[in-house]
Amino acid sequence: MLIIKNLHAEVEEKQILKGINLTVNPGEVHAIMGPNGSGKSSLASVLAGKENYHVTEGEVEFQGKNLLTMNPETRAREGLFLAFQYPIEIPGVSNVNFLKTALGEIRNYRGLPPLDAKEFLRLSREKQKLVEFDAALVNRSLNEGFSGGEKKRNEIFQLAMLEPSLSILDETDSGLDIDALRIVSQGVNKLRSENNAFIIITHYQRLLEYIVPDFVHVLYNGRIVRSGTKELALELEEKGYDWLKEESREKAATL
Amino acid sequence: MTSQQDIPLYDEVVNGFDDWADLISPNETSDLRKTRRQAFEKFRESGFPSIRNEDWKYTNLTRFLKDEYRLGSPAPLALSPALLAAAAIPEFDCYTLVLVNGVWEKKYNTGLPSGIDLLPIAEAKADPALAAWFERSAYGKDRHFTELNTAFFSDGLFIRMKAGSSLDKPLHIIHAFTAGYNLMVQPRHIFVLDRNAELSIVESVVSTAGDARIWVNSFTEIALQTDAKLHHALIQAAAPGVRLVNHTTVRQKKQSLYNNYTFTLPGADLVRNDLQARLEEDHTETHLYGLYLAAGQQLIDNHTLVDHQKPSCFSNELYKGVLLEQSTGVFNGKVYVHQDAQKTNAFQQNNNLVIGKKATIDSKPELEIYADDVKCSHGTTVGQFSEEALFYLRARGIGEAAAKALLINAFALDVTEKIKWSAVEAHINRLISQHIPVTHA
Ligand SMILES: Nc1ncnc2c1ncn2[C@@H]1O[C@H](COP(=O)(O)OP(=O)(O)OP(=O)(O)O)[C@@H](O)[C@H]1O
Ligand SMILES: [Mg+2]
Repeated sequence: MLIIKNLHAEVEEKQILKGINLTVNPGEVHAIMGPNGSGKSSLASVLAGKENYHVTEGEVEFQGKNLLTMNPETRAREGLFLAFQYPIEIPGVSNVNFLKTALGEIRNYRGLPPLDAKEFLRLSREKQKLVEFDAALVNRSLNEGFSGGEKKRNEIFQLAMLEPSLSILDETDSGLDIDALRIVSQGVNKLRSENNAFIIITHYQRLLEYIVPDFVHVLYNGRIVRSGTKELALELEEKGYDWLKEESREKAATL
Repeated sequence: MTSQQDIPLYDEVVNGFDDWADLISPNETSDLRKTRRQAFEKFRESGFPSIRNEDWKYTNLTRFLKDEYRLGSPAPLALSPALLAAAAIPEFDCYTLVLVNGVWEKKYNTGLPSGIDLLPIAEAKADPALAAWFERSAYGKDRHFTELNTAFFSDGLFIRMKAGSSLDKPLHIIHAFTAGYNLMVQPRHIFVLDRNAELSIVESVVSTAGDARIWVNSFTEIALQTDAKLHHALIQAAAPGVRLVNHTTVRQKKQSLYNNYTFTLPGADLVRNDLQARLEEDHTETHLYGLYLAAGQQLIDNHTLVDHQKPSCFSNELYKGVLLEQSTGVFNGKVYVHQDAQKTNAFQQNNNLVIGKKATIDSKPELEIYADDVKCSHGTTVGQFSEEALFYLRARGIGEAAAKALLINAFALDVTEKIKWSAVEAHINRLISQHIPVTHA
């Protein structure tokens, strides 16, 4: 589904991603962990098409197509979804109107007829239930005045509505209370299928107990310095990142 | 006076006044005839304003004054049903009146209301009992267009609500302009609300698209007596070719309320609004909301004045502008607080979204405060689209054009949501989206 090869990217002339390699197949869940500032959100931004990031080297293939030449809306229409680490507030744009527009454009791109008001409402109700998203929030301005947790839940509600094939969740767990974490995870698990895939960026092993990953990767200093299975997350929880940082420094020194 | 040499309209006006006066004034009171003569002399001295006039600094009329115009109102032209349909506000329960080139065409009325005095200005100006309403404005500060209007107006609408009266529905006044050749029309309107009367007026300005240029020099005087309430919306959606200069003076007496909503849309080449609220007695309330969406080469200029003359008055002003393509916007908001006007609350805000790479806005708040116990504030912002917001929307599959349309509507919302009639709000939102390219809904 997603093949990242030797991806290098910079922002404001600062090299952030320094050769990422990652392959995600349909049906898989990949977790990406790593210390603050290591480039996790940057990787997500590059994949979503944020314009201030410049890819300097490498390639990314998404469902057989070159992802890097597509604009952000095309990536979304092709089935890529990024749940933002810090979802922004857009006063004056109603959540509903926004979702209707987004769904309409995505369906149109895929050659599907637009949903009528009733069908949209039914779908929206169903997905609200899935992530237990408060109906009152649906009618408000996009994220305006939402609590941190409500914003995160809104991201997952949008994910559920748009049914992407590849979802990237950037620290969706931070800011969620214990119950919300469980609800959101259950929602994600229900959305999982053999046709879609998830990349879950997180700092905490806890989320990975709910959404069990097939692979765990550690991103440090713009590179994936270790990959493993879910046991790697447990090891990190215990030992922290120092030993990996040490290792990667040694490796760099011997190069 | 600035040189009027290359302005054919100046010659037309100056040479044409005597004939014009003979034509329109036979049944007028001698006072009005005197008033016209004085106004004419003033205009002859001052001429059309140039950018050397402080009030016209950013609004250069030269390119609009190159054309020749004929004076007056031609024999009534038939209006195309399409034009009237475009001006109509769907699902708006109202009484509709239509003026063609400033002349009330009664055949287009839909259900004339009772409990209101409605009179063509042509009749009102001949009635000695109404003479007081035609005295030369005490506020003839604009020596240019209001004087010209005073010298030449021939028709328009006189509205009077008797003390304590109100209507069951708003009044929708459609000002339609149409001409087969370049024309200058100068309507005069007078709205009087006696003590404790209440009225809602929505005015729409539309025109037929064509080769003819139409210069509209409109002057509206509004008098609100003690405790009167007027809710007044103006939707300016004329087509290219129209040059609209629109002066409105509102005189407010004790505890009266005036709500104004001015919406200016792409179309007319030039729109210059002068909106002046004169708070002549205490405890008045005034809200001025404006939204201008400019496109093409359009120039939209809003000059407002809130004149706090007496204590304990409240005024609030919010104007928002969206400048597309190569358009130009001007906002000048003056708040004058006289020494007498203690306990004044006066707030003003002007926010602009400059979208076109060649679009510009000149925004200038002007506060002159001579009282010490007052609360006044003002603010101006000029910005572009938030890149973050645009990216968020696009990352959800929304194309750039649709994302921008959503953000423009969101920006305008502070103003559009203030309209108290939902049908009018929906109508405005439709007009806005007509002018923003959207791929598909
Ligand atoms: N616009 C920018 N200008 C300059 N530096 C930037 C910019 N955006 C990101 N960076 C830098 O890139 C590096 C990687 O940031 P990124 O947000 O990807 O880290 P992260 O791994 O997601 O961290 P966290 O766990 O704290 O979320 C950081 O050093 C950050 O300061
Ligand atoms: Mg991050």
